Amino acid sequence: MPDERRVTMVTGGPILVEGPVEITLDDGRVVRSDRFVVALCACRRSKTFPFCDTSHRPKHRRGES
Amino acid sequence: MGHIPQPRGPISEGIISALTSGDTRATLPSAGTPDPFGDDLHLSLYVCYELHYQGFDAVDPEWEWDPALLGLRRDLERVYLAALRDGVAGGADVDPVVEELMIDAPGGVSHFLEDKGELWHLREYVVHRSIYHHKEADPHAWVIPRLTGQAKASMVAVEYDEYGGGRADHMHSTLFRGLMRALDLDDSYLAYLDEAPAPMLGVVNMMSMFGLHRSLRGALVGHFAAAEITTSPGAARMTRALKRLGVAETVFFTEHVEADAVHEQVLRRDVIGDLLRREPELTGDVVFGLQATDLVEGRFGAHLLGAWDAGRTSLLEAPHAG
Ligand code: FES
Ligand SMILES: [Fe+2]
Ligand SMILES: [Fe+2]
Repeated sequence: MPDERRVTMVTGGPILVEGPVEITLDDGRVVRSDRFVVALCACRRSKTFPFCDTSHRPKHRRGES
Repeated sequence: MGHIPQPRGPISEGIISALTSGDTRATLPSAGTPDPFGDDLHLSLYVCYELHYQGFDAVDPEWEWDPALLGLRRDLERVYLAALRDGVAGGADVDPVVEELMIDAPGGVSHFLEDKGELWHLREYVVHRSIYHHKEADPHAWVIPRLTGQAKASMVAVEYDEYGGGRADHMHSTLFRGLMRALDLDDSYLAYLDEAPAPMLGVVNMMSMFGLHRSLRGALVGHFAAAEITTSPGAARMTRALKRLGVAETVFFTEHVEADAVHEQVLRRDVIGDLLRREPELTGDVVFGLQATDLVEGRFGAHLLGAWDAGRTSLLEAPHAG
């Protein structure tokens, strides 16, 4: 077991945290995940917040509007 | 263990009659020049590969390492592999190919099912995909001994998740069986092999070929990344399609929305990233695996939508009701 829990910040994407984790939300709700890595949504667009659902992805190719 | 399927042409006919003859020295057909995307080649390859998974109830397991059958399989694989290589653009850089795959283009099967699919469309889709999901994550397990370091450790971690984190009732293949039962489909192993046409068999044959050949380990990893990148948004649409059609058993898809958002990141950063730091000469193969996945999934989707637009079944026969 590593001594420190590894957290990876993905540019333009989620925050990856080694699981299991327990997350307390603003409204007091507590959610858990025991996945080996948990992707926490940092863009606030996820429909399954606080977990990333890939909604952070660009919708169009670069240069397209 | 599955039942041996019905043949679909001279090669599969020859293989199936040899395998069921009770004589492991039975003569095998030669490959000839089959259609690389046709039913005869794909059923033949599927039967050859299945001997390495669960096998068939009426077939001597010794066939798995029969040199003549392996030689025939190699000839068929070369035909398919050449067609896949011909069908993709290739490239020397992984990132632009990954970025392209992340663009969620409309017009796919999950869009159809979300917007206007009826229950029979959904059932057909699930019947097709059972050919893979009954062995979900199995072809990818073959790459583990071919990797080292972080790429290996991270690949195993993703596979552990696919296999339910040590709990059989959470295995993705088990969740899929629950979905089949909710749709009154037969959830036994490969129950619908005879109904699955070449475009679906080709998806799984590609995985088996990449998994069984160490020389194609880069392509296997690229393929797995492509699958993980594209499933999360598709699974969200499938969840909505199920709800719209009144199917409550959504856990297979809700699990994939969340799991594959993680698997994508791990595959890209820790598996592909570490593999290519060690073996940069595999970059072209990783790109090939990414693009070939898009190619075969594109052919599969076009087959389904083509049949459905014409009001026809996309299966070889109507699925037997459960
Ligand atoms: S970071 Fe992925 S959906 Fe928000
Ligand atoms: Fe899965
Ligand atoms: Fe996955």
